[in-house]
Amino acid sequence: MTPEEILQALYDETLVGNAPRVLELTNEGLTLDMEPQTLLFDALIPSLEEVGARFERGDFFVPEMLIAGRAMAGAMERLRPLLAETGVQTIGKFLMGTVKGDVHDIGKNLVNIMLEGAGFEVIDLGVQVAPEKFVAAIEEHQPDIVGFSAFLTTTMPMFKANMNALEKAGIRDSVIVMVGGAPVTQEYADAVGADGYAADASQTVKRAKKLLDERRAKVPA
Amino acid sequence: MAAEPLRTVLRSATKEVVVGHDQPFCIIGERINPTGRRIFQEQLRAGDFSAIERDVKAQVEGGADVLDINMGVPLTDEPELLAKAIQMVQELTDLPICIDSSVVEALEAGLSVYQGRALVNSITAEDDRMAAILPLVKKYDAAIIALPNDHDEIPMEADKRVELTGKIIRVATQEFGIAQADIVIDPLAMPIGADTTTSLVTFEVMRRIRDDFGVNMTCGASNVSFGMPGRHALNSAWLPMAMASGLTSAITDARTPQIVEAVKAADLFLGHDDWGMAWISAHRAKQAAAEA
Repeated sequence: MTPEEILQALYDETLVGNAPRVLELTNEGLTLDMEPQTLLFDALIPSLEEVGARFERGDFFVPEMLIAGRAMAGAMERLRPLLAETGVQTIGKFLMGTVKGDVHDIGKNLVNIMLEGAGFEVIDLGVQVAPEKFVAAIEEHQPDIVGFSAFLTTTMPMFKANMNALEKAGIRDSVIVMVGGAPVTQEYADAVGADGYAADASQTVKRAKKLLDERRAKVPA
Repeated sequence: MAAEPLRTVLRSATKEVVVGHDQPFCIIGERINPTGRRIFQEQLRAGDFSAIERDVKAQVEGGADVLDINMGVPLTDEPELLAKAIQMVQELTDLPICIDSSVVEALEAGLSVYQGRALVNSITAEDDRMAAILPLVKKYDAAIIALPNDHDEIPMEADKRVELTGKIIRVATQEFGIAQADIVIDPLAMPIGADTTTSLVTFEVMRRIRDDFGVNMTCGASNVSFGMPGRHALNSAWLPMAMASGLTSAITDARTPQIVEAVKAADLFLGHDDWGMAWISAHRAKQAAAEA
């Protein structure tokens, strides 16, 4: 296969979530001395973006999104150490978790897939994440953004509890806070003092990039 | 030996509904719930309850046996809203009500105005949830839905769910004096789109809970088709399979004929509709409505 054929096949196979083939193609590309970032930015990421777009239009369904994400994750496991070696920076670090009392994770996992697809490094704390666990993880990982997910109106108040815990630990201003989930609104995000809200996975990516740019423009790195 | 099958009795001021393994399936209408309904949320915030009136009518006509009421609207006084909605629904229909909130104060406000014997939705196997809510269930003589999950994630293994069910039943009966017949277990129906093995686990959990404890079970049945196309068809196939595994009730879409008919047909095949008389009269009613 030529490098062009590899990129096209990588794009196509990621789109249909063929994980074994995506890993094979990734390895084949590397054997041909293709750059890891070429495989990532010219095939995997555009493919995941297309998956997200189709999902948003209602042409793709949850399992299709999940298997595409899994295919990409398999390739990333192979590429991540190589990317680190070549000094390729992720665009930002995103710490994610579903709030305490809430066990819903499908929406959160879809957002994670889209964020990774866009080049973020995502650290997922899972579900039922208590405020003190968010605080400890922020201190440990120093993320650019932390995301709180809630699927129930009854667990949304945990956003405020998390914010209070961040304030108390003195780390509120060191991180951008985004909130989301089915019942969450912009109004509610404002009420709890979050920096950002998005209604769905691809909006989250756009909003996260924008918030990151704004923050970096304000604070010289 | 299998445990004795239990019956859960729910009441409004004037009507009694019996949930049981030898009874026709109990359809709990899911619609009076603002989650994911932005317009409904705005209306409730503005004190406009007109959508509830429509939702009650559609679900009663559709074939609901009980109505679930959830008033979880962010940034509002949920106890006040829930109490008001319950009073309003009780004026509109004689169906018993499932009071749905995880805010203890809201459950108490709802129970205090409710006329009859309510179903409370819900507790988990977490000690603090049980300690906060079970005294209310006892005080107001209600029945309670309980989910067999604890502080960790939803257990994916059947063993763990059955074990937590045992814990809930033990604590509720021995420490809080709740009758075992008034405990309705939610065996946790997960979206099939996220993992194709989840329904098999849930069916196994249902069979074991029925055989080990004899209690009634309910679940949010529409959840199984989340994120998939053709949701009505999936829900209509899933419910009869769950019924055959021991599910005796579900919080589901009572407005969709395809779903309600699947349930009524399964009642007939499971021997819960003598001589098919309910099935036949539903057919006649439909004929009459078509001719009118």
